[in-house]
Amino acid sequence: MNNPHHLNPTSLKSRFTTRFLRALTKIRAQKPISSSSPTEIFRRYRRIKVAADKSMAYSVRSRRIWSKAMLWKLRSRSYRRQDPCSGRRSGKTNQAIMKKSSNENTTTRREDGVGFVEEADELRQLVPGGETMNLCNLLDETAHYIKCLTTQVQVMKKIADFYSF
Amino acid sequence: MSRQRETSSNKITDDELNALILSLQTLLPQLDQSRHGRVSAAKVLNEICSYIRRLQNEVDGLSGRLSQRLDSMDLTGFDAEIVRDLLQQ
Repeated sequence: MNNPHHLNPTSLKSRFTTRFLRALTKIRAQKPISSSSPTEIFRRYRRIKVAADKSMAYSVRSRRIWSKAMLWKLRSRSYRRQDPCSGRRSGKTNQAIMKKSSNENTTTRREDGVGFVEEADELRQLVPGGETMNLCNLLDETAHYIKCLTTQVQVMKKIADFYSF
Repeated sequence: MSRQRETSSNKITDDELNALILSLQTLLPQLDQSRHGRVSAAKVLNEICSYIRRLQNEVDGLSGRLSQRLDSMDLTGFDAEIVRDLLQQ
């Protein structure tokens, strides 16, 4: 799927790139007259980060549990007044929102006696929707999520480098 | 949400579990199987978590970079050509 020499127009990479560039164009068009203040750049950084996640989640659509979870969070997020000074949260802010909505946060703990329950729980915090997955799904979703993250990083890096002359 | 689901037939078998952990291990170059042989599942998951965090931080950093450069980016000619160029570099 990730053939660097022949661009498959329907590939995840290509879908993500198209969406993300489109989002960047919109964000750029939104800038106020007095731009480039630190606040404005911070706001833009936040929007770009959301755009990156959104572009990836929409490119994957609902085919994955994690992308479904991410889309759900992004949509419910857009109905809230965004507080731009809500501070940076490390990793995905989505986990906190998801946790609040999922009242049963105990049933997903698997007692399978294989000695990595803690590590699995940590992983659940990192993968969108992870708290609601059984172990099998969690591991499967993780692999796909990582592949998408690396694609995301690769494309964003190429764009940043491209415009860094 | 629903309680923990079992796989369609039974609880996940040890073999299935090992296969999933192994496939995650292949994503980690630092735990290359030809050099490390068997690695504990806990270690694999540990490394996976670090890897995910690192990737998420990279996205963070790149978003910052792009936010600084956004003004100077010429996105007006954006179409399939640019996309192709970008991905083929």
